[in-house]
Amino acid sequence: MPSLYALVDCNNFYASCERVFAPHLAGRPIVVLSNNDGCVIARSAEAKAAGIPMGKPAFMCRELFTRHNVAVFSSNYALYGDMSARVMTTLSRFTPTMEVYSIDEAFLDLAGLPGGPEATARSLRETVVRWTGIPVSVGIAPTKTLAKLANRAAKKRPESGGVLDLAACSDTDAVLAATPVEDVWGIGRRHAAMLEAFGIRTALAFRELPRDFVKKRMTVQGLHTLLELRGQPCIDLEHAPPPARTLMSSRSFGRAVTTLDELAEAVAEYAARAAARLRARGLVASGVEAYVQTYADKDGRPPYANAAFAAPRAATAHTGELITAARQALETIFRPGHRYKKAGVILLGLEPGGRRQRSLLDAPPEEDARKGRLMAALDAVNAKWGHGALAPAACGIDKPWAMRQASRSPRYTTVWDELPVARAG
Amino acid sequence: MGRPTLTILGFEPKTALELPLYLATAPAGFPSPAEDYIDKKIDLNEHLVRHPAATFFVRVDGDSMRDAGVASGDILVVDRALEAKDGSIVVAALDGELTVKRLRRRDGKLLLVPENPDYQAVEVAPEASFMVWGVVTYIIHKA
Repeated sequence: MPSLYALVDCNNFYASCERVFAPHLAGRPIVVLSNNDGCVIARSAEAKAAGIPMGKPAFMCRELFTRHNVAVFSSNYALYGDMSARVMTTLSRFTPTMEVYSIDEAFLDLAGLPGGPEATARSLRETVVRWTGIPVSVGIAPTKTLAKLANRAAKKRPESGGVLDLAACSDTDAVLAATPVEDVWGIGRRHAAMLEAFGIRTALAFRELPRDFVKKRMTVQGLHTLLELRGQPCIDLEHAPPPARTLMSSRSFGRAVTTLDELAEAVAEYAARAAARLRARGLVASGVEAYVQTYADKDGRPPYANAAFAAPRAATAHTGELITAARQALETIFRPGHRYKKAGVILLGLEPGGRRQRSLLDAPPEEDARKGRLMAALDAVNAKWGHGALAPAACGIDKPWAMRQASRSPRYTTVWDELPVARAG
Repeated sequence: MGRPTLTILGFEPKTALELPLYLATAPAGFPSPAEDYIDKKIDLNEHLVRHPAATFFVRVDGDSMRDAGVASGDILVVDRALEAKDGSIVVAALDGELTVKRLRRRDGKLLLVPENPDYQAVEVAPEASFMVWGVVTYIIHKA
């Protein structure tokens, strides 16, 4: 059966988390600031309407905050991470097939569920807000890119009641025409500017472009976006554009994993990969979310999916510290007796490294410097010899859980050990 | 039919569940808009938590529920997945505040009833901003 994707997205997630526990904030603008109260990283609908810009330094917004009686919060990743895990756990009750995409988004496969996709989506929305207090929007479509687009439209159309099923929508083309091309999932600013130069401004105009034109100028990824807009699913999450402001690393296993040890190895490996990408971008993370998914059991036990959150003592890009937090999170959600299909790690609360406020409890600066040098050495070795050449033992040696890549050709151009060989005999 | 036997349930740490302790207070009596989060985790045996994703802990401040066995400083186990019925002890958001009371439905009216003669029942006016935040399933009371 072909998939029918629902993208479920928490509305103004961080601001909504704050509001669950502070009912007096109903209707009041809320903003959340980055660590050390630097910049605005989240806004409630009212704060957006008041014209408070995303990313603006807080000290430049003081006057706006006062004028609009804005409730200002420092970021609380322990709270957001835990609330995210609650939302994901609640969502996982609705379908055996779910992929966490970021701290506040997940793709669910609704194909073949009794009652039909729209009814399922409405019931799911109601359940999530009742159980967790977090309002969500749902976009439903045959591909992930269209589901993202439907989700955006659901938010923009109050009459949709937060759910939009593109297939049941009489004016699909109008929805695409109302979507600026730069808001299409996977089309970045650079490509949007290039398309603008050709007069392509909307998702609809983009969908009508010839395949060759798109492939030539936007590589195969652009082509995938085009095909997805035409209703042909071809993006799996492992190759999807990364979600904003979080970093994710996940893989399906090559075979079912049943033990905590193997699962912990896999999660350590994903945390190590994510940490390396974090350092490459000069960022540190404030929190780690781990999630797992299992197969449905032969004896009819429903599949199990869950997520949990842990925070390192301070924002960090250190592989060891992130592995420790990921493992802590994993231990709270591991249930024996299941066959695990997939696990993943999401780093959140990302910010530029090196500007961190030191606390009295922090290690002395020289220890920080030593850790920094160790990570730099790790990255240098792996850059030269390929990912995993040097790795924490926590990531495992044989990696029996790893995705089957037996038919992968050598990495001819990036790994010394796999260079092409010219016989001279 | 013999006498009912008591089963002593062993404590299995395997079923321990970590939930962050949410430390805003639900005023029972005098409003005290304390809003403070702490990152401490407390372990709770799964027997007390039927819906982990929907269960929160709320601390009580005030003595208006004294006769229902809820003292100031107690911790309530609150399950948002349950339907509030007539007679449920609930945490409700009323006019911007979390409060713990017994919910009563009488002749189409909603009442929030204290369990202490020193306090008055509150009828929820139709124009009030009101919602049942969650249903109290257990009261954790320090011996």
